Amino acid sequence: MRNLKKHRFMYMILLPGLLYFVVYKYVPMLGLIIAFKDYKLMLGFWDSPWAGWHNFTQFMQGVYFWDIMANTLLISLYKLLFGFTAPIVLALMLNEVRTEWFKRSVQTLTYLPHFVSWVIVYGLMVALLSPGDGLVNQLLQASGFQTIAFLTEPEWIRPLIVTSDVWKETGWGAILYLAALSGIDPSLYEAARIDGASKGRQIWHVTLPGIRNVMIILLILKLSNILDAGFDQIFMMANVFNLEKADIIDTWVYREGLERMNVSLATAVGIFKSVIAFVLVVGANKVAKRFDGQIW
Amino acid sequence: MSTTSKREKLLQGVNYAALLLAGLICLFPFFYVLSVSFTPAAEVVRRGVVLIPEQITLYAYNQVLQGYGLGNAYQVTLFRTLVGTGLNLVFTILMAYALSKKSLPGRAPLLMIVIFTMLFNGGLIPTYLLTRYLGLLDTVWALIVPGLISAFNLIIVKGFFEQLPQEIEESAKVDGAGDMRVLWRIVLPLSMPVIATIGLFYAVFHWNSYFDGIMYIRDQQLYPLQVVLRNILLNFQTQTADAVSDTTLPASFLSIQMAAVMLSTVPILLVYPFLQRHFAKGVLLGSVKG
Repeated sequence: MRNLKKHRFMYMILLPGLLYFVVYKYVPMLGLIIAFKDYKLMLGFWDSPWAGWHNFTQFMQGVYFWDIMANTLLISLYKLLFGFTAPIVLALMLNEVRTEWFKRSVQTLTYLPHFVSWVIVYGLMVALLSPGDGLVNQLLQASGFQTIAFLTEPEWIRPLIVTSDVWKETGWGAILYLAALSGIDPSLYEAARIDGASKGRQIWHVTLPGIRNVMIILLILKLSNILDAGFDQIFMMANVFNLEKADIIDTWVYREGLERMNVSLATAVGIFKSVIAFVLVVGANKVAKRFDGQIW
Repeated sequence: MSTTSKREKLLQGVNYAALLLAGLICLFPFFYVLSVSFTPAAEVVRRGVVLIPEQITLYAYNQVLQGYGLGNAYQVTLFRTLVGTGLNLVFTILMAYALSKKSLPGRAPLLMIVIFTMLFNGGLIPTYLLTRYLGLLDTVWALIVPGLISAFNLIIVKGFFEQLPQEIEESAKVDGAGDMRVLWRIVLPLSMPVIATIGLFYAVFHWNSYFDGIMYIRDQQLYPLQVVLRNILLNFQTQTADAVSDTTLPASFLSIQMAAVMLSTVPILLVYPFLQRHFAKGVLLGSVKG
């Protein structure tokens, strides 16, 4: 009781935030019960009948299941492959630049796309890629080639998703690596040079070990988000024409739950995804701890 | 020795050139969109690809501001960005300050409650149903309340508060200052760097998010900027064919679309120098705490 009085102010200012977390983060978790019901908007939360695991089995047996899983994992893996390595390469390249103003200018330009929304990025794509008057198609046409409907052709959507993601986030992703690089002790390079190490060997033996921890942490974060293929981006870029190659778990959940109002089924899929993500992030964290200090 | 240094010089040159190219690739789409938004339709017909227009027209900007509801959407987005960010900051700072006090009983479980939400969440549908149940649908509050506190930002601010020297706060209390006064007069002024940083995080989030507008808002009068922009852009599938061939208009439909893109991008560009400085700091602050 004395504690409560002494810390009254702290508990008071903590309360609004705590209330937010309970109402907006934990109540929806209870709402997951919907996944085990056959939720009808008319009947509401309590009166809708129970459905057991039906929604989960229905999802996993659905014809769409493998399609959206494949889309989600493929897009994620491509993004991981290019989106993880590109910032490292950029940071290593910037690290070799001795002209300060040049380095700063390149950084300023490459950060820029990070701050615009996916809607705006899509606007840029329309300007460059739209079938009639997009820049690329005008150039194709002028050189006697067939125009390509980049934004609606299913074969083009995945490359576009991955490329635009790399374009938007590479400069930003390089920041953490640059910070780690600036923390490397210069005497290590000095010693390597005296031992006759070439530039390549210096990068391999001094630079890369210096950013190893950042690499591991970011890789873990990306791996544990493998089922998040990028909702904001794909919801913007997918359309009826290219959906077969772009429909991921999240976009499917949105359509199933809020457009077709199969609330229970969509919630079940949401849980399915959250649980896998949770297992991945906890597991990845354990693995990282075990390998820490042993990869190089 | 001289051959290696020659090779290294060459490598340096290639490196500079590649970096210059990377910078230009990031800049060029914006430049091209700017150019398209000002180019008269007649010039496109005459010259084909136009990178720098000989004449400029403001027709596209007039059209998009008058006929497409962009002015109204600006107000909605401005409101959610200003009021939303303000509320974000108040809620985040208050909770972070309490959680930064290591002597606070129950601090560890309270922190767990916050951190767990970063690992697991109820997902889209239950969150939507809750917002609906709370009666927030079709109000601007649906764009503000669901994202009131970001756990990530909360942890950053908490970490910053923990690093402040406790002695200053204690001596102020000895001098008779109340808790609120200490927070307001001593802690906040010392924390301006981190507050500016997460303020910008929140503001950019509000300016850029579009999906909550699609999910929670049906009333067209309440559409935020990004939703209106999205609708203008998605028209391309139906309208571009006519607009391209219609050369009687002063500017093509693509120009109108690009004027809308520019109007939504410019505010970000205006605050970009601040963004760049503080965001980089914020990312690093966040990483210190792991």
